[in-house]
Amino acid sequence: MSDPAGRGERLDALIVGAGHNGLVAACYLARAGLRVQVLERNPFIGGAAVSRRLYQDFTYSNCSYVCSLLRPEIMRALELPRFGLQIIPYEGGCTFMQGGGHLALYDNHDALRREIARHSARDAEAYDRYARDVMRQCKFIKPLLMREPPDPTSFKPRDLTELLYLGQRFHRLGEERMYDTLRFWTMSAADFLDEYFESEIVKAHFAGSSIIGTALGPRSPGTAYVLLHHYMGDIDDTVGAWGFARGGMGAISQALGRSLEASGGTIRTDAPVAQLKVRGGRTTGVVLEGGEEIDAPVVLSNLDVKRTFLKIVEAKELPADFLERVRQFKIRGSSGKLNIALDGLPRFPAIPAGSPCTRGDMHVTDTLEMMERAYDDWKEGRWSRAPYIDMLIPSQIDPTMTPHGKHYMSVFVQYCPYQLAEGEWNAERRRGFGATVIETIANHSPNFKDLILHAEVRTPWDIENEVGLTEGNIFQGELTMDQLLFNRPVPGYAQYRAPVRGLYLCGSSTHPGGGVMGAPGANAARAVLRDLKRLH
Amino acid sequence: MASAAPHDVIVIGGGHNGLVCAALLARRGRSVLVLEAESAVGGAAATREFAPGFRVSACAHLVHLMPARLIEELSLERHGLEWAAQGLPTSALMPDAPPLPIESQSLGADRGAYEDYAAQMQRFARALGPVLEQVPPRLGTHEWSDIAGLMRLGWRIRRLGRSDMRELLRIGGMNVHDLLEEHFASSALKGALAFDAVLGTNFGPRSPGTVLTLLYRLAAQCSAGPRGLAQPRGGVGALSAALARAAAAAGAVIRTRAPVSEVIVEGDHAAGVVLESGERIAARCVVSNADPKTTFLRLLGPRHLDTGFVRRVTHLRARGLAAKLHLALDRAPAFAGAAARLLGGRLLVAPSLEYLERAFNHAKYGEYSSAPAFEVTVPSLNDPALAPSGQHVLSAVVQYVPYELKGGWEGKRERLTARCIDALERLSPGLGASVIGSELLTPADIEREFHISGGHWHHADLAFDQFFMVRPVPGATQHRTPLPGLYLCGAGCHPGGGVMGTAGRNAALEILKSTAA
Amino acid sequence: MSSSAPLPHFQQPLLKTPFHERARSLSQVERFVAWSGYTTVDVFTTVEQEYFAIRNASTLYDLTPMVKYRIGGPQALEYLNRLVTRDLRKLKPGRVAYCVWCNDAGHLLDDGTIFSLGEGEYRLCTAERQIDWLLDSAIGFEVEVSEITAQIAALALQGPTSCAVLKAAGLAGIEQLKPFEIGHFELSRRPLMVSRTGFTGDLGYELWMPPEAALENWDALMEAGRTRGLRAIGSQALNMARIEAGFLMPHVDFVSAEQTIRTGRDRSPLELGLGWLVDFTKGHFNGRRALLAEHLRGARRQLVGLDVEGNKPAHNALLYTDAKGRREIGFVTSATWSPTCKRNIALALLDAPHFSTGTTVWADIYLNRELKWERRMAAARVVDRPFFAPERRRATPPADF
Repeated sequence: MSDPAGRGERLDALIVGAGHNGLVAACYLARAGLRVQVLERNPFIGGAAVSRRLYQDFTYSNCSYVCSLLRPEIMRALELPRFGLQIIPYEGGCTFMQGGGHLALYDNHDALRREIARHSARDAEAYDRYARDVMRQCKFIKPLLMREPPDPTSFKPRDLTELLYLGQRFHRLGEERMYDTLRFWTMSAADFLDEYFESEIVKAHFAGSSIIGTALGPRSPGTAYVLLHHYMGDIDDTVGAWGFARGGMGAISQALGRSLEASGGTIRTDAPVAQLKVRGGRTTGVVLEGGEEIDAPVVLSNLDVKRTFLKIVEAKELPADFLERVRQFKIRGSSGKLNIALDGLPRFPAIPAGSPCTRGDMHVTDTLEMMERAYDDWKEGRWSRAPYIDMLIPSQIDPTMTPHGKHYMSVFVQYCPYQLAEGEWNAERRRGFGATVIETIANHSPNFKDLILHAEVRTPWDIENEVGLTEGNIFQGELTMDQLLFNRPVPGYAQYRAPVRGLYLCGSSTHPGGGVMGAPGANAARAVLRDLKRLH
Repeated sequence: MASAAPHDVIVIGGGHNGLVCAALLARRGRSVLVLEAESAVGGAAATREFAPGFRVSACAHLVHLMPARLIEELSLERHGLEWAAQGLPTSALMPDAPPLPIESQSLGADRGAYEDYAAQMQRFARALGPVLEQVPPRLGTHEWSDIAGLMRLGWRIRRLGRSDMRELLRIGGMNVHDLLEEHFASSALKGALAFDAVLGTNFGPRSPGTVLTLLYRLAAQCSAGPRGLAQPRGGVGALSAALARAAAAAGAVIRTRAPVSEVIVEGDHAAGVVLESGERIAARCVVSNADPKTTFLRLLGPRHLDTGFVRRVTHLRARGLAAKLHLALDRAPAFAGAAARLLGGRLLVAPSLEYLERAFNHAKYGEYSSAPAFEVTVPSLNDPALAPSGQHVLSAVVQYVPYELKGGWEGKRERLTARCIDALERLSPGLGASVIGSELLTPADIEREFHISGGHWHHADLAFDQFFMVRPVPGATQHRTPLPGLYLCGAGCHPGGGVMGTAGRNAALEILKSTAA
Repeated sequence: MSSSAPLPHFQQPLLKTPFHERARSLSQVERFVAWSGYTTVDVFTTVEQEYFAIRNASTLYDLTPMVKYRIGGPQALEYLNRLVTRDLRKLKPGRVAYCVWCNDAGHLLDDGTIFSLGEGEYRLCTAERQIDWLLDSAIGFEVEVSEITAQIAALALQGPTSCAVLKAAGLAGIEQLKPFEIGHFELSRRPLMVSRTGFTGDLGYELWMPPEAALENWDALMEAGRTRGLRAIGSQALNMARIEAGFLMPHVDFVSAEQTIRTGRDRSPLELGLGWLVDFTKGHFNGRRALLAEHLRGARRQLVGLDVEGNKPAHNALLYTDAKGRREIGFVTSATWSPTCKRNIALALLDAPHFSTGTTVWADIYLNRELKWERRMAAARVVDRPFFAPERRRATPPADF
């Protein structure tokens, strides 16, 4: 019998994986008085929310790179600001046009209206209607994020009550908005945007959020929801705002780690879990890759649903139809990432002097067609020849990330397949992918290439291998209609509890899905506490 | 004002739904006048001579969605409807391989999976079939009929049992590509099954929502009954003719060459129509078989509607993506290895999911594919009267062909026709040389020929956000419109198009309900 | 106008009106506010001085940011009549009508004035930009809709001596202009359009001019008004006057149904006491079917005037049936002490059946007394609006000064 805490105490719960959701779950459990330990495979914590120094004194947000979705109630409950977390909002955003123009986004409503009016006076005002409708949807969905989705096939009082709650909330919208909501949840982002805007550049700019992390194009039904998924966060009550974590995204994980330790939890790094121990349909702990066994009556897996049930749980412990559904769960990788150390700030001639719009997210896709064609490439098993790019230079806002005068650029790339039609990823293909992205940026910045000191290129394959996300899917499972709410990750098992008693899922494979939100972790912890009758 | 006593109901458009609606209303004693713009009724359900001596169904070439009950209720067979063939098989055409019949005994390794899949889809289709025949409830009202409608829907899904219900709720929002990948190995089978999901839609197999469109088709077929894929003798136009006779026998008056230009509104109620000739005809209510855009924006006009509603109508997606190719052949086409039984049936050219998806890719950008997908029939094999003796007609739905082609359709129709013939030539060597006449109806042509805005045979895209309770647009569901006395009975209504007639039937029931004395 | 090139919108989001230079030089307290994309004066000197000038002498208020649309074309009248709830067929050329317009649900989108400038030629003046709605409403009509806000500078000249000021400025025959009438005059040798309209409920005019005439006209009016108590006013003083006149302010007394996020925050014109603007007999207009249903059903709530006891304005007060505050029945939307009426007045939304005139309700008023917050329950009586409606606002010709 191991004694991990070294105090002769038995553990109440183990968390497999120190991603942000694992840490959030651990924090909530520790705060409820449970003895918890987090086991992390890597020598560092954070999973995909990490800050790493891979080149000199440059801090990279290697994977996830911006923050908005992290639920404010979690930040507050776990006292993350006290443990060093600071989030600073963007100051703008822009899309460069192929012909040399641009569309910028500004915080000030009048500046934004006049900016959009450069492209279409009508769109400048239609934007208000667009923002209103997105906000209406956010208002409807936000309270659902921190709740356990009900099982519509169940007759248990809890499920029925929860279904009734959903029905009542829906009903309260009134007839017209109920229809709008039904349509919104099932539409494509392109169709949705067509109902507001006439200008291609405006549509392309807003459509970006609808495809990030998905294996869908902007014309695929269901992408309007993904757009919302990226809007429903808020910073300091500004709904839809995005920001940087000071010190990179790892700062979130570090704050969570400190919060956990402050409430008595422990973290073991370099501790890869090989297998879940199960006796009589009930988990009793885990076995590490070295053979060491750690016992606990409750195990939470922050791994995605496939890793959890196809790697660390033995098939014989699971119902066959459940396993079948796990295999069918779609978790296709579609995004790549470049982290670039720059010798100085790149020039973007399209942007007028004095505009703060480069202090936010920058894009190069100026039509929906270009975005959709980028998706067509992915379907054919090749990286997009003219990719959608979400690039940021966080060091403009957070000078602690780089040596003075130098800059760090984070480039998120959509689409990049996990498996190439031409063969496995190798160094040459990775270079090719990186070169495509760098050329794409260089088309809009003449001195960009000369400034590059170091570039880290990450394909979905690399993300899977380092972070452990299956196929490098950033959401631990696609956000499609068939994989949301009570279907996420597996119908009948959407309430964080696995078929093995004592085993819970707490990662983004569960409701409400991915992004650095923390809600799955918090919800899973609540499910554990409810089962332990520690929650009233 | 017209002087004559007003009709109870005017039906604008003598398409099959308009005729069904008219027949049912007339049988319930209403005085009904059907106004058809063309010289013959039928709308897109027509048979046309596209080359001397060669006749073909202009749009849909098979009847498989019309409920058997409706055909009986209207005694269409007594009114002259005959079947040239019923229970036609479907097979997948492939280059370098004999056609694959989509029947479990031909599927080899996929046979077991297909049987399970087909049985499950059939269970879903049976559960959803009644949903198609039901007028969708409205949300947020306190009307008992709406609440009951919602409860019936919920109950129908619950009654599937836990495991099927879970599966239905899972796959309902999925794309057909992923669903088929979960079940099958054979690309030909997957391509053929996916084709039915995307036929007549604006989707590729990877578009979420295509399982819904597939279930829609299966559910409709399920209600259609055991006749299966059927070919009316004389083409689909013969069905329309039988419907017209049924309507006339019930007392409805049908006027052809009477294009309507305007709906008359009096005291915020539909009061009749004005013909293009200027003639005014009064009626107590007006039913439009025209598509929603035509009905609201052209015939009624935004001035009688609210801006928000007009906004919704203009946003209704109603651009067809299916073209119709008609070939006059001087001999019967041959497909290597195809049994005669299969040739008379439905032949699908969609050899894989990727093939279909690539064909769709082009359409997204206003292009047509160099390798389109086809649903081919050779109706003259079952009904020799359609072509001069010994000669044949090939009728093919071509997917995907955009309504608006980048650069315009001018001069491109011939190029696309040639391309289609080339594609078919690869499957049936020698076919090209046997072509002695041809016609290609692009969605733009279908719009012009059949007065369907956008040339969409469903009048409006079948997609989640234009389906059931929100079809065609919120505010015009349940066959009603914002204008009292104006009703919709066309394919733009739930449950949509195809030669089904349910929209016309449901419209008639709603009108009877709301005009009951 | 300032000679230096304006900064780009991302550095200076607000535009300056053509009167900005004069306004800035008269501003003593540097209180500006943003209004429809322009920077305008909130207070020049003190709110009280400016307010009393409205009711006692005359005032100049920069109206330029008022959003203006040109609506022209053969079907402009049909278009507008479908857009707004009033029957504009009755609006003769050369006259102005106050109108409201609704969405499909009969909920208010905005209010504004429509100027009939001639056959098929109209101008719509309103507080908010809404080209999106106006263009969608134009589907199916032969009409052109374009925003012309920046092409027209505008001033409101309001107060009992306003007619005299214009006469002194050389607008011959101005005294014959009737309420809601449009007249064409000359000022600084340039044509000037004048409408006898305003937001004060008092005698007053609104002057419409090309931007290049703005400064010269301002100076000419100021000169003419020097001996008639004319002074420039900001939005604060105007707000007091408009509450006295019972006029509604968007974002204060209602939120446009195109902007509400929450269900149930939309308001119909019937609820806002604007039923007199709704003409069910004129044929179809936006929201007619919903409004008719509401009309038959009876209003669920109503905007009313309140006469509140005491002298502390009932800003943001919740309203109750009883002094104990047991049953909440509404809330105040606008409140002010009326220096002219010497009454403590407010506009409030009250649930049925508490909105009938004469009903007494209780307002929960919070008072900051040297940083200590105190709570008062004040009785408030539902009274008819407007609170202040002097005869002079209608008199033609107005009295001379």
